Amino acid sequence: MTALQEVQTREVPATPPGAWREALHFAVRNAKLVIGLGIVLALLALGLLGPLLAGAPPNEYVGPPMQSPSGEYWFGTTTFGQDVFVQFVYGLRTTFLVGVLGGGIAAVVGMVVGFVAGYRGGLVDEVLNMLTNVILVLPALAVLLIVNAYLGIRSVGAQAVFIGLTSWPWAARAIRAQTFSLRSRDFVDLARLSGATTRKIIVREIAPNMSSYLFMTFILLFGGSILIASSLDFIGLGPTEGVSLGLMLQNASQWSAMQLGLWWWFVPPGAGITAVVGALYVANVGLDEVFNPKLRET
Amino acid sequence: MMLKLDNVTKVYRTGAFGGGSTTAVGGVSFEVGPGEVVSLIGESGSGKSTLGRMILGLTPVTSGSITWNGTAVRPAKSYYREVQGVFQDPFSTFNPVFKADRVFRMIKEVYFPEVPPAEWAERVRASLADVRLNPAQILGKFPHQLSGGQLQRLLIARALLLDIKLLVADEITSMLDASTRIDVLNLLAELKGRGLGVLYITHDLSLGTYLAERTIVLRRGTVAEMGPTETVFTGPKHPYTRELLAAVPRLREPWQEAEPIESCLYHDKAGTGGLLEVEPGHYVACARLAGCAG
Amino acid sequence: MSLRVTDLKVHYQTLKGEVRALDGVSFEVGDGEILGLAGESGCGKTTLGKSLIRMDGRMRHIGGRVELDGEELPVGDDRRMNPFRFHKVSLVPQYSMSAMNPTRKIGRMVGELLRSRGVPLDAEKLAARLDLVGLSPEVLGRYPIELSGGMKQRMVMVISTLLDPSLLIADEVTSALDVSTQKGVATALAGFRDNGVVNSMIFITHDISLTYQIADKIMIMYAGKVVERAPAKVIVEAPRHPYTKLLIDSLPEVGVRYADRRLSGIPGGPPSLLDPPTGCRFRDRCPLAFDKCAQEPPAAEIEPGHVVACWKA
Repeated sequence: MTALQEVQTREVPATPPGAWREALHFAVRNAKLVIGLGIVLALLALGLLGPLLAGAPPNEYVGPPMQSPSGEYWFGTTTFGQDVFVQFVYGLRTTFLVGVLGGGIAAVVGMVVGFVAGYRGGLVDEVLNMLTNVILVLPALAVLLIVNAYLGIRSVGAQAVFIGLTSWPWAARAIRAQTFSLRSRDFVDLARLSGATTRKIIVREIAPNMSSYLFMTFILLFGGSILIASSLDFIGLGPTEGVSLGLMLQNASQWSAMQLGLWWWFVPPGAGITAVVGALYVANVGLDEVFNPKLRET
Repeated sequence: MMLKLDNVTKVYRTGAFGGGSTTAVGGVSFEVGPGEVVSLIGESGSGKSTLGRMILGLTPVTSGSITWNGTAVRPAKSYYREVQGVFQDPFSTFNPVFKADRVFRMIKEVYFPEVPPAEWAERVRASLADVRLNPAQILGKFPHQLSGGQLQRLLIARALLLDIKLLVADEITSMLDASTRIDVLNLLAELKGRGLGVLYITHDLSLGTYLAERTIVLRRGTVAEMGPTETVFTGPKHPYTRELLAAVPRLREPWQEAEPIESCLYHDKAGTGGLLEVEPGHYVACARLAGCAG
Repeated sequence: MSLRVTDLKVHYQTLKGEVRALDGVSFEVGDGEILGLAGESGCGKTTLGKSLIRMDGRMRHIGGRVELDGEELPVGDDRRMNPFRFHKVSLVPQYSMSAMNPTRKIGRMVGELLRSRGVPLDAEKLAARLDLVGLSPEVLGRYPIELSGGMKQRMVMVISTLLDPSLLIADEVTSALDVSTQKGVATALAGFRDNGVVNSMIFITHDISLTYQIADKIMIMYAGKVVERAPAKVIVEAPRHPYTKLLIDSLPEVGVRYADRRLSGIPGGPPSLLDPPTGCRFRDRCPLAFDKCAQEPPAAEIEPGHVVACWKA
């Protein structure tokens, strides 16, 4: 496989392609990236398009209860006669939304705090570090209860924002540590000698060196957001309307799906969460190979 | 165009709560004139690299001053247009995830955004020719696909794209092989012919003497001896310089038993007293020469 | 004859193929002799040093024999080499700083190391050896971090020679040290031979002026092969191989000034050892190359003890 890639590189026409075209060239030839991204995109498409095709809302009692999967009800029905497949596609949509929004906010805050603290050092670092540690030890659930009591926000978006704003500290700490070790490298000095600004150095010198690490951070935050969301759903602090994969799992366990042998109720949401997070991880390994020129060749 | 260091000191805070301190550079003064090649020689811990970083504005000075044409040095675009640096490890000076020729693009973006691409490509080609690199072998390659010697020349070519007056070269040949090292040194010497000043920082006395008109010997953060290269190497006055010269392995000349240095207190006295001018332009920091009973 | 290496071939396995790091290397080291092994990076000098004591996982012994004191060294067989290591052949590595366990006091570490080799610690001998390299016995009560680079290097030298090996391999032992420390360490190393601690030594370095100071003979390698081997004085003063000549001419010495005498390097670079060219490997960079260089030049002994692999020598 890798030997094949090597041969193909040599056959690239003599004119040097642009950096992005070249990355794309390696990207489409990387099995891990293609498979990982393929699964994620397929599930995303299912989450976006599925609800449009489903006739009824997800919590509607549409059929006979406890049906095993069949031609009519692809994933079977729940003890109440809800269509598991319809719930699944709606759930996917919610899950992606919570993951992207929550993970995204956490990643952005974590990166800004981590990069600035790690690159600047000194007093800035100490202040940001203190803030990080305060948020880290904050009892997130207790805060949420209070926020909820005062503001009464029950939408998926608000839930995601809350998750994002409380789950960034460990990412910030990890990024700070990486930045700290990179900032003393000579190429950072060279960028300074080239008149580059601090922002430019962080974005264009330091971040690209840890791009796969950053992407992995996002994936972990994404997965974490989904899991936090489902536990919030369980204690009644989740969105009041709608359905998520976490909510489906909780319902399944609450109504003893396992004991009743209704495997089709809990397997799809469980497999869904695993597939999304797992596929993103595989894609990340592939991405690393595409963007690290040294890994490309060996 | 002149670089002037006046009583430059660098103190690092150490210890868990910043309670301790280490003096890396203690009161160093010297000048580098226009188009002058000066070598700064020192062993590990002499503070030579810290000095280089302070001159380049990469590390702040604790006390004293560094001026360039009379204005205090600070990390600014206008300063870097005239003063540039090349470092020891070529592989760490290039960002490994990007192609090596990106260092040229970085210069263009900041300093020459208005130059049309065709003209810029011509300038890059000309400066690659100046450092004897074949563009076809260099452009479009990743750093790990090039040799250490090629990378160091590439960095010199990068500096030449600017209106450079002084190049701070910190151990730039120490990771190169003997057969390519000398070509990089010759290149620096040629640049001098075009009016470029070079501050050549090294631990290797032989490399220092090959290039420089003036030599500064550093010891534990202070200047032990400085003067015209010929004078310092043929008539070293400071016991430390003598010791270094005796320890350098030479071809065709076996090591002599070290001539015993008579009880000298230079270990304690150096740095406390000032420099003594023993002959025109030749300065020595030696308590004994300054009339100490030592 | 202490060490005799005959046509040694060692390859590295990489993802791109076999790198022929050593491609038919033959030489001898006499009793009480220090052989200086010099060459530029990638010439195979470190591979040669490693091959004589421990091959790493990617190295493979392809062919050739190694004899030490008349006994064959099973260099390709990691397990059969074990009884020879430390007892017969020993190594002082380049980064001795990292060879020492930072959490153990040095004295305790030495004891543990000897016990793992099944040898009791001879305190008197240890003290004598420390004295030989100019270390005071109190270093045994210290941690490695408390020692300077030169002291650590001396300590490792003492440890690796405690069992009086016949052959000591010193791989770039002084290249991380300051000039003033370097001289002391190199002299101490030569002292091991002078005092009969070791019978013979291979001193590997990229610095010919340094190897000239302590070696009896110098062997120059290029691209996995030996190009020239002669007494140290002859290599420096009357080299016969064009590579040796050019290499020595490219070395600046204290006192040589650009303004007075312009030195020049050797254009080009060494060939890839993945698929090395046939014939003389220096051919492409050699100013004297002619048709015959397309055939591999044999190593010829042009005078007693002076071996050159060049058609023009």
